[in-house]
Amino acid sequence: MAIDFETLRPLLIIVGVLGCLVLTASLNIWIERRLLALWQDRYGPNRVGPFGLGHVVADVIKISFKEDWIPPFADKAVFVLAPAIIMTTALMSFAVMPFAPGISVVDLNVGILFVLALSSIGVYSVALAGWSSNSKYSLLGGLRASAQMLAYEVFMGLSLMGVVAMAGSFNLRDIVLAQQGMWFVVPQFLGFVVFFIAGVAETHRIPFDLPEAESELGAGFHSEYSGMKFGAFFVGEYIGITLISALTATLFFGGWQGPLLPPVVWFVIKTFSFISIFVLLRASLPRLRYDQLMTFGWKIMLPLSLANLLVTGAVILMRQ
Amino acid sequence: MLSNLRTIWLVFKHAFAKRVTVQYPEEKPALAPRWRGRIVLTLDPDGQERCVACNLCAVACPVSCIALQATEDETGRRYPEFFRINFSRCIFCGYCEEACPTYAIQLTPDFEMSEYKRQNLVYEKEDLLVNGQGKYPGYNFYRVAGLAIGGKGKGEAENEAPPVDVRSLVP
Repeated sequence: MAIDFETLRPLLIIVGVLGCLVLTASLNIWIERRLLALWQDRYGPNRVGPFGLGHVVADVIKISFKEDWIPPFADKAVFVLAPAIIMTTALMSFAVMPFAPGISVVDLNVGILFVLALSSIGVYSVALAGWSSNSKYSLLGGLRASAQMLAYEVFMGLSLMGVVAMAGSFNLRDIVLAQQGMWFVVPQFLGFVVFFIAGVAETHRIPFDLPEAESELGAGFHSEYSGMKFGAFFVGEYIGITLISALTATLFFGGWQGPLLPPVVWFVIKTFSFISIFVLLRASLPRLRYDQLMTFGWKIMLPLSLANLLVTGAVILMRQ
Repeated sequence: MLSNLRTIWLVFKHAFAKRVTVQYPEEKPALAPRWRGRIVLTLDPDGQERCVACNLCAVACPVSCIALQATEDETGRRYPEFFRINFSRCIFCGYCEEACPTYAIQLTPDFEMSEYKRQNLVYEKEDLLVNGQGKYPGYNFYRVAGLAIGGKGKGEAENEAPPVDVRSLVP
């Protein structure tokens, strides 16, 4: 039986995207450690393999051999479910991502809404993890995580509406194509800033890493997790970083578009630049206090994104 | 907000700064001449052991890692029968070097003495002795000491006058 390329193509893309994402997530650990070292005038891991890339393999082997322990006081079913949610939602968000013309798992016409919906479901992961762990620090971490992610979810969505209004579509591919003349970062600079800050908060990275603040909460919502379940949170967080970086590149920096190099290469370059900015933020900024985080979110970012949407809408209406 | 951006920019500039890490096995750190590392026993200019087995180093040692047994050769010269330093105990404080009246025991700029077995960190005299005079070249304790030993009589040492016959001073 002859299997033609066209039937295999979606399968190949799915497997390829999944493989690349898991690889990127583990590679992100190495990138983060090397970049942090670079900005702290150190070398970082450079012993195993060329440029220390063997450390990635060593990390994976190490974490998969660690004891996977469920505390007796935990709610077992939810405890196991929580890390699976964050992995699933983070990976599924990439389904609508256009990596290059013709390379995307599904061409959804509500792409952005799909991504935002999945990131809202992702909140359940940290909230349930903190709750089911049945320990006070985990619960505090989970509470902080849900409050923070709900607050930042609001204007994360609002900041993207400017882009949607300009492109006239929720489809990520159409948004990329709408940026042929000019990247949306120029007319939507405010939207870009708000979205990126919200993205950092969504992935609970420094300076918004209150849910897992090591110095005050142990490890926050995942302090009871060990072995591969902790690994799932870890990988989920790194895939989340990759997702926000890829979204920023797609929505504001023209996605795969760029001269000379093939589209996929442009996409990867842009994504990894934003991953580096994530690491740079971690290298330079201290953690916010909780009330500062909430004030910043509701009193500054939300009005800013609303004003951005208002002005964008007005300008679009005026031009018609 | 501006100060945050400035912080990010300043940290970013460190990407082009020189890294402070010394990549140790390939790149050795510079050790000062007086660095307190591996302990050695030195020889005098004649090629004889400087150590006179006075036990002062063993007494000075705060962790009691030095053990030795004194003995004498046929000329009455003292030397250690065995001299043992347990480097798994040694804290490299350098008190033994300070206590030594003959400059025999010295600390050297060398720290690469790791072993896979603890037993191998116990150094015997033949491990400690080095073929050299260390930090004090030309110093020979018996040549400057007033002791009559090995064919050298009283008053024959360097910078030493012959002994005075106190009774001859009687007027």
